[in-house]
Amino acid sequence: MGLISFLKNKFSKKDDKSSKYDEGMKKSRAAFASKLDNLAKRYSEVNQDYFEELEQILIEADVGVSLTLELVESLLDKSEKEGIKEPSKINEELVDLMFVSYVENGSNIVNDISFSNEGPTVLLVVGVNGVGKTTTIAKLAYRYQKRGKKVMLVAGDTFRAGATEQLQIWAERLSCPIVVGKENGDPASVAYDGMKYAKENNIDLVIVDTAGRLQNKANLMAELSKIKRVISREIEGAPHETFLIIDATTGQNGVSQASAFKDVTDLTGIVITKMDGTSKGGIILSIRDELGVPVRFIGLGEKMDDLEEFDLDKYLHGLLIGE
Amino acid sequence: MAFESLTERFQSIFKKMRGQSTLTEKNMDEALKEIRVALLESDVNFKVVKSFTQDVKEKALGQNVYTAVSPSEMLIKICHDEISGLLGSDNEGIVFQKHGLTTVLLVGLQGTGKTTSAGKLALLCKKKFNKKVMLAGLDVYRPAAIDQLGQIAKQIDVPFFEMGTDVNPVEVAKKAQEKAIQEGKDLLILDTAGRLSIDEALMDELKNIIKETSPDEVLLLVDAMSGQDAVNVANTFNAALRLTGIIMSKLDGDAKGGSALSIKYLTGLPIKYAGVGEKIDDLDVFYPDRMADRILGMGDIVSLVEKAKEQIDEKEAEKEAKKMMEGEFTLEDLLKQMKMVQKIGSLGAIAKMMPGMPSLTDEQRIRAEKEMKLFEAVINSMTPYERRHPEILKFSQKSRIAKGSGTTNADINRVIRKYDQTKEMMKQMKRYQKSGKMPPGMGGF
Repeated sequence: MGLISFLKNKFSKKDDKSSKYDEGMKKSRAAFASKLDNLAKRYSEVNQDYFEELEQILIEADVGVSLTLELVESLLDKSEKEGIKEPSKINEELVDLMFVSYVENGSNIVNDISFSNEGPTVLLVVGVNGVGKTTTIAKLAYRYQKRGKKVMLVAGDTFRAGATEQLQIWAERLSCPIVVGKENGDPASVAYDGMKYAKENNIDLVIVDTAGRLQNKANLMAELSKIKRVISREIEGAPHETFLIIDATTGQNGVSQASAFKDVTDLTGIVITKMDGTSKGGIILSIRDELGVPVRFIGLGEKMDDLEEFDLDKYLHGLLIGE
Repeated sequence: MAFESLTERFQSIFKKMRGQSTLTEKNMDEALKEIRVALLESDVNFKVVKSFTQDVKEKALGQNVYTAVSPSEMLIKICHDEISGLLGSDNEGIVFQKHGLTTVLLVGLQGTGKTTSAGKLALLCKKKFNKKVMLAGLDVYRPAAIDQLGQIAKQIDVPFFEMGTDVNPVEVAKKAQEKAIQEGKDLLILDTAGRLSIDEALMDELKNIIKETSPDEVLLLVDAMSGQDAVNVANTFNAALRLTGIIMSKLDGDAKGGSALSIKYLTGLPIKYAGVGEKIDDLDVFYPDRMADRILGMGDIVSLVEKAKEQIDEKEAEKEAKKMMEGEFTLEDLLKQMKMVQKIGSLGAIAKMMPGMPSLTDEQRIRAEKEMKLFEAVINSMTPYERRHPEILKFSQKSRIAKGSGTTNADINRVIRKYDQTKEMMKQMKRYQKSGKMPPGMGGF
C-alpha cells in the first residue's frame, strides 16, 4: 500500500488532531499538493519533462537541491526498472521516498518532553534571530501547565531590547514564575539564578530562553555553551532537552543553523514555527537528511494551543491531502 | 552545509578543455549545471535560476576568451556581471521630501527584523543625513514590541511616539504624523506588527494606515535566510501595498541571500538597505556587487585581476620580483611590497575578493591592517642604511626607531623577524623555481 492511500485510510474518520494540521497547513498544501496533482493530470505518461517539473516543485518547497536530485534520480531509476509510467503512481512513490528518507535518518523519537524522575527538567531553547523563540516558549509552557506541571521561565535573552519584558508578559498571562536578569547582563548568571530557583521551589519544567544569534558568530555561540555548562553544573543531567527553533520560511540556511547549533549544544530536537504561512517547510526533510535531528513540535498558528507534536503522517496528510 | 566553492568545481570541469578559446554550448553545459546548483543552494528562486542560466548561456556563447583569463573565469565574470546588473545600481536609499516630513512605513513577516531595522534606519538618517527623526510603534500585538522600540529610541536619542497597546494602529499612525509635522521633523518611521502575507485582516489594517498617512516609502523587510517562498511573500505584499523598496536583514549570517536576487528579478523593487550586524549602527546601503559575490559563493577573481592591473605598474612589479628572486631583499622592498598590496585596496577588501578566504573574521582583518601600519611606521623611522642592513641594528638604535615611530623595541624585533622570514621564503622560492616546483603555502601576509 502506498503512503497516500495509507494516509487516507488512517485519517478517513474525522480526526480532531489531523484537522488542526489540515487547517494550519491549508496554504502550504494549496501550493504543494495541488501542484503535484496538476502535474499528474497534465501528463498521461512520465517523461524527462515530467521529472524536471517534479524537481521544480520539490525545490520550491525548500526541500534542498541535493535531496531533491537524490529523490528525483531514484524515481527515474524506479520508473525505468519497474516500468512505472503512470504519473500518479510516480507521485505516490515520491511521497513514500520522502517518508523513508525522513525515517531512515533518525531513530524512533518520542516527541513529548521526557521528564526526569527527580528534580527539575530543563529545556534550553536556542535559535537565530526572529524565529519565534519566545512565543514558542510560551506555547510550550502552556502545554505542560495544562498537564499539571509546575513550569517556570528563565529570561536568558538579556541582549535584545524588550526581550525580557516580552517574556515577562507571557509569564504574567500564564501566571508562572519567571527569573530575569539585568539588561545586558551575563545570561549565564541568569541561568544560574534560574536553576537555583527551580531547585528550591520544586519546579517540574524550567524553560530557558536565550538571545537570538546567527550561527556564524563565534563569540555568541561560545556564550551559549557557557550557559549550557552553568546549567549542567547546577542540575545533574541538565539541560535534558535543547530545542532549536527554526522558521518555516527559512531556506537552505536552515541546515547550516542546525549543524552549527548542534555543535555547541547537543540539540535534542527542532521546533518548526510559522508553518501556517505559505511555506512548505521542506527544510524539515533536508535537516533530517543531513543531520538526523528530529522535528519535535510544529507551530501552526498564533494561538496558545497552536503548537502540536510533530507527526510525520499528519504533516504529510496536511501537506498532501487535507480534509 | 560545506559545499565546495564554485571555483573549485569549475576548475575541475575546465581542466579538461584547456586551450579552447571560445565558450561553446558543449563546454559550457556542465559548468552551467554547477552554477544552477550553486544558485539554488543560495535560495535563489527556481524560476529565476532557470531564466538566468538561459540568459547567461546566450550571452556567453561564442564569446572570445581573453588570453589572460581562463574560460571558467570568463563565465564566472559573465554570471557575476549579470547578477549585479540584475540587482541594480539604482540604489538611492530613502527619497526624502525637499520640504517637510518624509514618512516611511516598515512592513514584513514576523521575525524579519522590522523593529531593529526601524531603530537602525533612524540612527543612519540622523547621523548620516542630519535628519530630525521620529520613531512610532504601531505593533500593538506582539508583547513588549513597543517597549522594545522605545528602548532602542532612547538608546539612539530619537523621539518616540506611542499610544500603548489598547488602540487601533491606524490611529497611532495618524497621531504620530500630526505630531511629527507639528514638531518640524524631517523623517517619521512607522514600525508595524509582523504578519503573514495571507492574513487579510492585518493586510487591510496596513492598507488603512497607507490611506491615512500616504507614506513616501513602504519598505518590506526580507530575511536573508528566507527560502523559495520569499518571492511569493514579496509579491503579495507588493500587490496589496505597492511597496517602494526592500530592506534585507540578517546579512551578517552565513546565508547566501539568494532571495534578494529573486525578489529584485521578479518584482523589480530596489533593495535599499541591508542589515549587517547586531549593533545599532549596523545598517548599510545595499551593494549589488557584494551580493553577487555572495550568491555565487566565491570572490570575484576577475575584478581582482582588473583592479590589480590598473594599479600596479607592471614593469616595476617585474623589477621587484626579479630583485626578490635574486635575494637582494631589503626592508625597503618589504615596505614597497606591502604598499603595493595596499594600493589594491585594504586587506579586508582583498580578502573579500579572493576565493577561499572568506573565513577571515573582521577581527583578524583589523589586526592585519593595524600590523601593516605599524610596519610602515617602523621602517619609515629607520635611516636608509638601516633599511638596507637591518642586521646591524643595536639596542640603542632600536630604541631610537621605537621612539620615532611610536612603537616598542619588541615591535621593531617583530618587523625584523618578518623581514627575515620573507627573505628566507624568497630564497626558498628561488630554489623551488630552479627545481620547477612551487613551495607550499606561498604568500607572506
